[in-house]
Amino acid sequence: MVSPPHVVVIGGGSTGAGIARDLSMRGVEVTLVEQGNLTHGTTGRMHGLLHSGGRYAVSDQVSAAECIEENRVLRDIASHCVETTGGLFVKRPEDSEAYFQTKLDGCAASDIPTEVLSAEEARAVEPHLAPDIEKAISVPDGAVDPFRLVVANAASARDHGARIETHSTVTDLRVEDGEVVGVEVDHASGPGKHVHGTEGGTEVIRADHVVNATGAWAGRIGAMAGVDIEVRPSKGVMTVMNTRQVDTVINRCRPKGDADIIVPHETAAILGTTDEEVDDPEEYPEEHWEVDAMIDTLAELVPMLRDARTIRSFWGVRPLYEPPSVDSDDPTDITRDYFLLDHAERDALDGLTTIVGGKLTTYRLMAEAVSDHVCERFGVSADCRTADVSLPGSEAFSVLRDYMDEFGLRSPIGRRSVERLGSRADDVLETSSPNPTVCNCEAVTRAEIQDAIGQSGSDLNAVRLRTRASMGSCQGGFCCHRLAGELHDDHGEAVVREAWDDLLRERWTGQRHALWGEQLSQAMLNYALHVTTQNRDNDPADGDPVDFGAFDAGVAADGGDQRGD
Amino acid sequence: MAIESDVLVIGGGLAGLTSALAAAREGAAVRLVAAKQSTLRNASGLVDVLGYTADGEGPLVDPYDAIPDLPADHPYRTVGVGTVREAMALFDEVTPRYRGGHTDANALLPTHGGTVKPTARYPAGVSDGVASDSRDALLIGVESMTDFDAPHVAAHLTAAGVPFDVRGVTIQFPGDLRADAAITRYAKLLDTDGTVEVDGRERPVRAALADRVAAEHDGEPRIGFPAILGDDDPAEIRAALAERLDAAVFEIPMGPPSLPGLRLEDSLFAALDEAGVSIAAGNPVVGYDGDGRVEQVYVEKNGAHIPNSADQYVLATGGLVGKGIDSDRERVYEPVFDCHVAHADDRYDWFDREAFGNHDFARFGVHTDDDLRPVDGDDSVEFDNVRAAGSVLGGYDFAAEKSGSGVSIATGYAAGRSAARRAR
Repeated sequence: MVSPPHVVVIGGGSTGAGIARDLSMRGVEVTLVEQGNLTHGTTGRMHGLLHSGGRYAVSDQVSAAECIEENRVLRDIASHCVETTGGLFVKRPEDSEAYFQTKLDGCAASDIPTEVLSAEEARAVEPHLAPDIEKAISVPDGAVDPFRLVVANAASARDHGARIETHSTVTDLRVEDGEVVGVEVDHASGPGKHVHGTEGGTEVIRADHVVNATGAWAGRIGAMAGVDIEVRPSKGVMTVMNTRQVDTVINRCRPKGDADIIVPHETAAILGTTDEEVDDPEEYPEEHWEVDAMIDTLAELVPMLRDARTIRSFWGVRPLYEPPSVDSDDPTDITRDYFLLDHAERDALDGLTTIVGGKLTTYRLMAEAVSDHVCERFGVSADCRTADVSLPGSEAFSVLRDYMDEFGLRSPIGRRSVERLGSRADDVLETSSPNPTVCNCEAVTRAEIQDAIGQSGSDLNAVRLRTRASMGSCQGGFCCHRLAGELHDDHGEAVVREAWDDLLRERWTGQRHALWGEQLSQAMLNYALHVTTQNRDNDPADGDPVDFGAFDAGVAADGGDQRGD
Repeated sequence: MAIESDVLVIGGGLAGLTSALAAAREGAAVRLVAAKQSTLRNASGLVDVLGYTADGEGPLVDPYDAIPDLPADHPYRTVGVGTVREAMALFDEVTPRYRGGHTDANALLPTHGGTVKPTARYPAGVSDGVASDSRDALLIGVESMTDFDAPHVAAHLTAAGVPFDVRGVTIQFPGDLRADAAITRYAKLLDTDGTVEVDGRERPVRAALADRVAAEHDGEPRIGFPAILGDDDPAEIRAALAERLDAAVFEIPMGPPSLPGLRLEDSLFAALDEAGVSIAAGNPVVGYDGDGRVEQVYVEKNGAHIPNSADQYVLATGGLVGKGIDSDRERVYEPVFDCHVAHADDRYDWFDREAFGNHDFARFGVHTDDDLRPVDGDDSVEFDNVRAAGSVLGGYDFAAEKSGSGVSIATGYAAGRSAARRAR
């Protein structure tokens, strides 16, 4: 028997992880390389909407039909990553009646089930909707946790023999005789699990085929092999609220515009978004007006947002693509559809396929298209099974069991843990020792943290993404040092200190966009805890040696100071 | 009819308590109103005066030496180094459980994050933990307590270069406390020396805890615990453990809810009671009458607005954490008297890009004249009879300098004393 082809997938977002899973399930040998941790790029920076397709039902019915189909698939194969919140398209008096009707017709044409609700009925679903809204269309929108989804895809790929390398940056593509034959990779810390401070190294990974699934970064990879890929990165802001003002996805029912969606997500609600083309997917301005626009515009739908507490904001870049001939001026006109670029046909360069455009909701479909293409090229006849086989954690997960007593966890901590872990809850939470809560805001227990450390090495940001620890209202003020303590079980103090610093740095970055009112107060408290109580800004382990002998050596245990105690 | 006093202190933190005490000692009739029941639960209980200069130099051996070189608008410069010393002497007098007054030098104390920090006064219970003491130490962590990972703290202290060997072990606390039991639950159990079940036998908790520790003890002359050793009488608990273990016993302060902070609050409230200060906690000030001079303030109680009038007022409502300074997307303000708070127009100029960078927000607060009276943007006194104390003051970053407690005590003392002297 001929040995299976070896495919290198570049990019650890939803598309790359989905491709790795699909190909490895078909028996192809796969290596996935990602420059950061999983979801480092656009996947980790989106609002978490599981599209019903309703948003595209007027402008792009092909995408709309794909969305509703994949929405149904994900509810089935990724039930522990999806919350079936439902969604509403809400019409205000100033929004067009004709557009409302067109939206309804478009949904019908795309096979998206809808129901028209009166203002009263809509407020019965979402009591905080503005008093002057006119009506709404209900659609099967949902919320999806992109971190959990990508980790589950990567875990499944690994179960099928794939090699997953995070913190491994592709520095060059090897091209020989007009064919891409491999990638040069710079490992931040040696192959395998990422460990801070471990010596890295470079590696040449030979491949029969390379898939470029780097989204907004696709042009950069293409350039390494001399091909032009005209990605049009477009930034969008997402503003995170400290609580769920709504439990249903709320869309504004009008043609595309900024600040028109609220997605309830775990304990938070996420406001989105803007759409502005940028030159560089890593360096672009994060602007103050964008955050203000989210709050002020969406408060027209949900007035309580105006005075609600914002905990942070973050930006993502959409990997938009259109064939160069279209040449849209405005990024909002660029299609949300995906494109498979066969560089053999397009650029006479064998061995490389690029996938660009698309959306998280259709990641599986995109992965299937790429995998079909690669399999056809190598004569692999296995069928795609990713729509039928549940992801790890979602097998037999029809009924949430009551794990509280079983694992000694208090509600709602038990419920939250089981929701996150799905059918893996048994394996992860069964410990013989006490299982205290490490992150109180998000109800994450030690067992879950230890499980995540076991999966991802010393990267506390990867632990954060897997568990949501440090992502609640206090933004890590109370738990960063606890996570460091948990990491110390497996890693040395110097490694822990670096990982801890990385986590503090990352947590600060997004909070800067929410620094007024309650969250500025929280930021000052966090600053005081880390800097005053822990003295982490002047950690003597990082600085010059301290002359301990010059300081007060204390009073003898039973003398020196005679006052009573 | 309004509730009347010579001096009304608004705020129940370290600054408010100190100023009420200082005013009462001057013979004034003092009333203190506080919005919250407890504010020191966030504080470690270490009383810092100055650990680093405004430029980040340090750790400073002698805080008093460095005060004259601080920026001119620093609250320590406003009151002067002599007042700081007097204020610390008052603090020492009313907190017999505190140590460190025998020297001007700072002590370096281990933190629960594994660093050391400079501080001027420390509870007797942490005294045996000072980092300049060369005796070896054993640190004890409790398995279900995520705030203090003893092996990690020990390794971090070693990396910080402490002049002794330190080792950390984690034990299971005797008895069957829930994994998420509150700190106060442990303290209460130790306070009462309650009975716990160990291997089917009923035992007093102090003895059972000492046995668990003894099994790990390798002759180290001092043993450190997270700060859970009792609320009412920590000295007795430490003595009981020390006797059984034949080693000195100390605590390492932790974050909120902090027992050493709560213990400090208790001793200051006791001193205020003794000085005859009338105290109303749990009631925020929601308004005032007056122009150029405050005639009376309104205290909210069960929905009603109760007038309180005094000749002199001390504003000690705290900083951003305590909401003595608040903000929205456009501005930073002082909510009680709307005193002027200088700040950049663009909120993106309020912070630094680095988490521990040079943050404007950390220095937000009111600025004052030499008598601690808040001034407006033109340096004119806002109210003739209002003085500000503690972290409602601007112009210093208490976290970076490690100066929070000292500024609260010094400015609280100065404001309270001056208010009492000016009162009719």
